[in-house]
Amino acid sequence: MRAFLHGFGMHVPERAVTNAEMAARVERTPEWIEGASGIRERRWAAAEISVADLAIAAAHDCLERVDVAASSLGLIIVASGSARPGFPGPAAEVAARLGLESTPAIDVPMASAGSLFGMAMAAQMAAHYGDALVIGAEKMSAVVESAALDPNTAILFGDGAGAALVSVRPGPFEILDAVLHSNGQYRDSLAFDWSTPLRMNGLSVILQAARKLPSSIEEVLARQKIAAADVQMFLLHQANQNLLVRIAKSLGVPAERVYSNVARYGNTSSASMLIAAAEWSQANPTSGPVVFSAFGAGFHWGALLARSV
Amino acid sequence: MPDATRRERLLRVLKTVTTQQLPADDDESLFESGLLDSFALPDLVSALEKEYSIKVPDRDLNPRKFDSIARIDTYLQDHAG
Repeated sequence: MRAFLHGFGMHVPERAVTNAEMAARVERTPEWIEGASGIRERRWAAAEISVADLAIAAAHDCLERVDVAASSLGLIIVASGSARPGFPGPAAEVAARLGLESTPAIDVPMASAGSLFGMAMAAQMAAHYGDALVIGAEKMSAVVESAALDPNTAILFGDGAGAALVSVRPGPFEILDAVLHSNGQYRDSLAFDWSTPLRMNGLSVILQAARKLPSSIEEVLARQKIAAADVQMFLLHQANQNLLVRIAKSLGVPAERVYSNVARYGNTSSASMLIAAAEWSQANPTSGPVVFSAFGAGFHWGALLARSV
Repeated sequence: MPDATRRERLLRVLKTVTTQQLPADDDESLFESGLLDSFALPDLVSALEKEYSIKVPDRDLNPRKFDSIARIDTYLQDHAG
């Protein structure tokens, strides 16, 4: 059964935390932060705002853009690595606040790769359940403020949410294929459990991401016999500008072909790829193939290929 | 201790990914000395693959394997023929 992407939505909090403000917290300079990450500012939500609040705002934005009523949704998938621990996760609250009383709502507690996995799952499940709303929502500021973090890590993160509507009804993009991978041998390289500070072995994470992101993209493109040079835009998890540039180089495409908003929002984990998609799709007419790709804690990684209809 | 020719070749590769002075001690950590950071490391691995016509498999993408000139040389001895 074919599946289609109908559109995207996003939400970021109003408050911008500049590098100057962050530099004072971590005893670095604003210039050092930008050089290390490409980030100039990130958005942080107020203390009372939850992951579900951010998710709902992105959900409404997406549903408005695609002109679909929440009542018609058949499936909700919410990816988040920063939702508060325990159960239920934010998916149930999101569904309830959308007015849904019996629609299945699934949490994907996966962090950065969560929305990619959610989109691939939705593409398979939409035929059975109906229109699927996939959301990536993160309040990474709560992670940063939960403990004294390594400055190299604390500078990276921002809050936000992105959403996508997946349906078997024909839409602007047909989902052609997806590849998903996980390797739990690296589960300690990037981990967070609220009882201790976020742990990140930056050397291992970047080394693996710099290899696995392009390899999964090349894998899905090869399966569909599409050249990287023919892809209109690569919409990747916005981890770090230096990484995005290296991915473009590995793929042999101009850096401009890899969408980047990391300078404005920082790394919003599972939200970032869908926020990028929402921004890009608003500003650009769709023509040709588009690749989504993400890598994150686990490690989990993969790529999804879609093509404008 | 790397043999002289192999060492010179390795140093040439290292100089393509860093502008800093290479350590005199082959066992000195390239990361702790600041010679390699997390973004230079993937570049180094790619440069080694190109120079030695090898493919470093994902299971070998362990920063410790590339932490010093001596360790890189050991890896190349085992994998670059």
